[in-house]
Amino acid sequence: MTLLWIPLLSLLGSLISSMTGKLTRNQSTGLTMLLPVTALLMTINLAPAVFSGDVIRETISWIPLLGIDIAFRLDGLALLFVFMILGIGILVIFYARYYLSSNDSMPKLYAYLLLFMTAMLGIVMSNNVIQLWFFWELTSISSFLLISYWWQKPEARKGAIMALTVTGGGGLALLAGLLLLGDIVGSYNLDIILASREIIQAHAWYEVTLILVLLGAFTKSAQFPFHFWLPHAMAAPTPVSAYLHSATMVKAGIFLLARFYPALAGTDMWFILVSLTGLTTLLFGAYVALFKHDLKGLLAYSTISHLGLITLLFGLDTKLAAVAAIFHIINHATFKASLFMATGIIDHETGTRDMRKLNGMWRFMPYTATLAMVAAAAMAGVPLLNGFLSKEMFFAETLHQQLLGSMSWLIPVFATIAGALAVAYSARFIHDVFFNGDPIGLPKQPSEPPRYMRVPIEILVALCLLVGIFPSFIIDDILTAASFAVLGGYVPEFEVALWHGFNLPLLMSAIAVGGGLLLYTQRRYLFQFQASLPSLSAKKGFDDSIYAMTKWCQRKINDIENGSLQRYLMLIFLVVLLFAGGPLFEMSQVGGQKQLTPIDVHNAMGAALLMVGAISTVIWYRKRVVSLLMISVVGLMVSVAFTRFSAPDLALTQLTVEVVTIVLLMLALFFLPQHTPRESSSMRVVRDVGISVTLGVVVASICYALITRPLESISDFFIANAKTGGGGTNVVNVILVDFRGFDTLGEICVLGIAALGIYKLLINLPLFIPAKDSEGRPWAKERYPILLASISQSLLPLALMVSFYIFLRGHNLPGGGFIAGLVTAIAFILQYIAHGSNWISERLTINYRKIIASGIAIALFTGVGSWFFGKTFMTTWYDYFDIPFIGEIELASALVFDLGVYITVVGATLMILASLGQLTTNASKKEVKN
Amino acid sequence: MELLYASCVGLLVTCGVFLILRSRTFTVVLGLTMLSYAVNLFLFSSGRLSLNKAAVLGYSSEYADPLPQALVLTAIVIGFAMTAFVVILAIRGQTDLGSDHVDGHTPNKKSTQNKKVKV
Repeated sequence: MTLLWIPLLSLLGSLISSMTGKLTRNQSTGLTMLLPVTALLMTINLAPAVFSGDVIRETISWIPLLGIDIAFRLDGLALLFVFMILGIGILVIFYARYYLSSNDSMPKLYAYLLLFMTAMLGIVMSNNVIQLWFFWELTSISSFLLISYWWQKPEARKGAIMALTVTGGGGLALLAGLLLLGDIVGSYNLDIILASREIIQAHAWYEVTLILVLLGAFTKSAQFPFHFWLPHAMAAPTPVSAYLHSATMVKAGIFLLARFYPALAGTDMWFILVSLTGLTTLLFGAYVALFKHDLKGLLAYSTISHLGLITLLFGLDTKLAAVAAIFHIINHATFKASLFMATGIIDHETGTRDMRKLNGMWRFMPYTATLAMVAAAAMAGVPLLNGFLSKEMFFAETLHQQLLGSMSWLIPVFATIAGALAVAYSARFIHDVFFNGDPIGLPKQPSEPPRYMRVPIEILVALCLLVGIFPSFIIDDILTAASFAVLGGYVPEFEVALWHGFNLPLLMSAIAVGGGLLLYTQRRYLFQFQASLPSLSAKKGFDDSIYAMTKWCQRKINDIENGSLQRYLMLIFLVVLLFAGGPLFEMSQVGGQKQLTPIDVHNAMGAALLMVGAISTVIWYRKRVVSLLMISVVGLMVSVAFTRFSAPDLALTQLTVEVVTIVLLMLALFFLPQHTPRESSSMRVVRDVGISVTLGVVVASICYALITRPLESISDFFIANAKTGGGGTNVVNVILVDFRGFDTLGEICVLGIAALGIYKLLINLPLFIPAKDSEGRPWAKERYPILLASISQSLLPLALMVSFYIFLRGHNLPGGGFIAGLVTAIAFILQYIAHGSNWISERLTINYRKIIASGIAIALFTGVGSWFFGKTFMTTWYDYFDIPFIGEIELASALVFDLGVYITVVGATLMILASLGQLTTNASKKEVKN
Repeated sequence: MELLYASCVGLLVTCGVFLILRSRTFTVVLGLTMLSYAVNLFLFSSGRLSLNKAAVLGYSSEYADPLPQALVLTAIVIGFAMTAFVVILAIRGQTDLGSDHVDGHTPNKKSTQNKKVKV
C-alpha cells in the first residue's frame, strides 16, 4: 500500500496544514513539511527497485464494469517527477514561511500548495487514464486557488480565471482524447494503452486522438498559441510561481507528452505538430523575455521558451532527443525554481521587481546575487552548470533530424538563435539587477534576506553545480530509468559529460554565448525596434472573446429561461408527454390478456366520490378553503382504495398522512390569501386544459396497459423469506425494516432534513395575521373551545395506547413505525389545536430537532449493530421469549429499527406543524400589542 | 374495474397538472398533492389490483404484491414532507416577496424585475 500513501500523505498534509491557523509560523511550517518529507522518504525507499527496471503497481478495484480502478504505478518517469514534485515542493514550503508577510494566511497557502502537490502526484502516478484526468483537472482547480491567493488584487483574480479557462478547456480536450484512446484500446489502463502502440496508430481515430491529447498538453505547458495565461499567472505569490512554473503545473503538460510518447509518438503527424509547436514557442518565448522589465515577466517568458525547447526535443525523431528532453526537465526545474526564489527575495527586500529601478544590487545582497547569478548562468547554458549539458545535447540532436526535408538545416540555426536570446535575457537578469549603476527610487532600503530564506536556493544552486560538474555520477540512474519508461523499454547509449571534444554543438554553444552577449550590449536598438511594433495583447483578445461568449450564452439562456415557472412546468410536462406518450403509439392494443375483474357497486361509488372530489377541487380552486376540503375527499378515497385493494398498511398511512396534511394546509392557508385572483387568459386555460387532459389520458392508458397484463414480480422472494429471514408475517413491514431497511433509513433522513429545512425557513419569519377573515368577520375571541380541549385531553392517552399497539404489532400485522408515529403525532397535534402551543410549552419542553436526530441515530446504530455480530449492515436478528403474564413474544432487532423510524416520524411531523403553529401565537401577540 | 381504476388515476393526473400550471403557490401545492395521489395509485397498481389478499402471511392463500406497497408507503410519507416543505416555502415567499405568485412577483412588474436579473 506504499504507493497509495504517497498522494494520500500529501492530501492529509493539506488538511492538517489548513488547521494550523492558531500555531506559530515555525510550527505551522514544520507540521506542513512533515508529511511530504515522509512521502519523499518512502519514495527514496522505493527508488532502488525502480532503478533496477521494475514498475511498481497498486490497484484497488472501484467500478470494474466501467474499467475504472484506483490504480497507481511508479516507473522511472513517474519516480523522476515524484522526486521533483516532493523535493521542490518541500523547499517551496520552507521558502514561503519567510516570504509571506504576517497579513497573509499561511495555513491557506499551505493547504492549497499541498492540495496541488497531491494533484500533481496523482497525475504522474496514475495507472488509469480517467484517474489521471481527474488529477489533471484537480491541478487546474488548485492552481486557480493558488494564483488567486491574493484575491483582493484584480490581476490575481483575472490571472487565475485565465489559467483556469485555458488549462481547464485543454483538460476537456484531453478527456475527449483519453476516452477515444480508451475506446481504441478497449481499456483505460495505462499499462495496456502504452503497450498498444500499433493498434492506436493504425486506428482511424489516431489523428483526432493525438490532436486532443496534444491540446491538453500544450495548454497546460503554455505552448504557443496558448502561452498567454502563464505570464498572467505571475500575479501569484512568488513561492507559488516557483513551484507551478518550474517543476509542476507546466511540467504536467510535458509529462503528458513523455507519458504517451511510447503510444502516440513515432508518426509524421506527431513530429510535425510537436516539433513545430515547440520551435515556435522556444523562439517566441525567448524573444519576448528579452523585453520584459518585470523580473517575473522575464522568467515567465523564459519558462515558456524552455518548455518549447523540451517540447521540440520530444518532437525530434531520435531516441536521444527524448533523453535530452528528460534531462532538460530536471535542469530547468532546478535552475528556474531557484531563480524564482531569488526574484522573490529581491522583491521582498526592495519592494519592486522592475529592472529599470533595480540596479546595483550586488552591493546590498552579494550572497543572494551570487546564487542568482549562478542559476541565471545555468539558464543561459554556461559550462560547468547543468543547463549547459542539456543544451549541448539539444544542439546535438537538432543536427540529426530530417524534419523539414531539405530545409532541415533551419532547425539548428533557429536553435542557436534561441540559445543566443536565452544568453541575452540571462545576461540582462544578471547585469541589470546586480550591476549597471545605482538603484532608482526603490520603495525600501535593500539588504540581505533572513538567513534561512536562502537555504532552498542554496540547495538548488548546489544541485545545478553538482549536475553540471559531475553529471554521470548524480544523474545517470534516474535519467536512465526515466528514459527507459519514456522510450518503452529501450535506452540508447548516451553519455552525459562535460567535455565531448571540439564538435559542432560546442561551436553552436559558443556562437550562442557570443551572439547573446552581443545582443545584450546592443539591446538599445532592439528595444527601439520593439517599441515601434504595434502592441498585441493576448489578454485583450482573451477578454473580448470571453465577453462575447458570455454575452451570447446569456442571450440564449434568457430566451429559454425567462423567469416564469409556469412556462418551465409547461415545457417539462410537454417533454413528459413526448416520452411517455410516444411509446403508446407503438403498441398494438392498450389492454392486455389478463382477465378483467367486474365493477362492483362499492368500487363504483368510491370512484365516483373520488372523481367528484377531484373535479370540485379544480372547479373551486379560486376559493381555497373549499378546494382544500374537496381535496381531502380525494385523499380519503385514495386511502379507501388502498383498503379495498389489499393494502391495509398503505390505507393506514394514507389516512394518517391525510389528516396531518390537511391540518398543515389549513394552517398555511391562514397566512396566505384566501382567494386566487383571476389571471389566466382564456387561451392559457385552454392550453393548460389541453396539456393536462392529454397527460391524464396518457397516464391512464399506461396504467390500464400495465394492470391488464400478467405480473412478473420479484416479490415471491420477500413473501417466502419474510417469516424465516425477517421474523415477521407482515411482508410490507418486513420489507420496510429489513429487506429494504437501507432505503427506509434514507427516507427518514429525508423526512428529518425536510423538517429541519422548514424549521430554518420559519425562523425570524415576520408574519402578520389578518385581523379579519376573508369574509370580513373578526376572528372568534375564544381561541380554544373548551369542549375540544377537554375531549382532546382525554383522548391523548387512548391515542398513545393505540399507537403503541400499532407499533408493536407492525411486524406481524398491518401497522409499524411510520403509522404509529403519525398516530402519535396527530394525537399531539390535536393538543396543539385545542390548547395552543403556549399551553403545551408550559407543560412540556421538547426539542424536536434532538428527537429527530435520536430517531435517525437509533435506526442507524441498529444497522451498525449487526457488524458487531459479524453480519453485514442491517441484518435482522430475532428470537422468541416467554414473558410471565404476557405469554410468548417475539423480539426482533427490526423492532428497534422501527422505533427509530417511529421517533423520527413523530419528531419531524410535530416539528413541522408546531413550528408553523407557534407563529400564529407569536404573531397574534404582536398584533395585540399593536 | 381496471378501466375504472385507470380512469381515476388519469383524472387525478389531469386535475393535478392543471392545478400545477396555475400561477399561485397554494394552488400549485394542491396540484402537487393531487399529483402525488395519482403517482402513488399508479405505482401501487404496478402490483396489480387484488381483493382480500393482504400481504400478511397466514391470512389468505394468495398474496398481493408487497413490494409496490412498501415503496408507496414511504412515498406517501416523503410526499408529505415535500408538500410541507413547499407550502412553508410558499408562506416564506409570500412574506418576503409580498406576493404569492409562483414567480415571486405579479407579471406586470416582470419587465423591471427581469432587467435586474440580467445584470
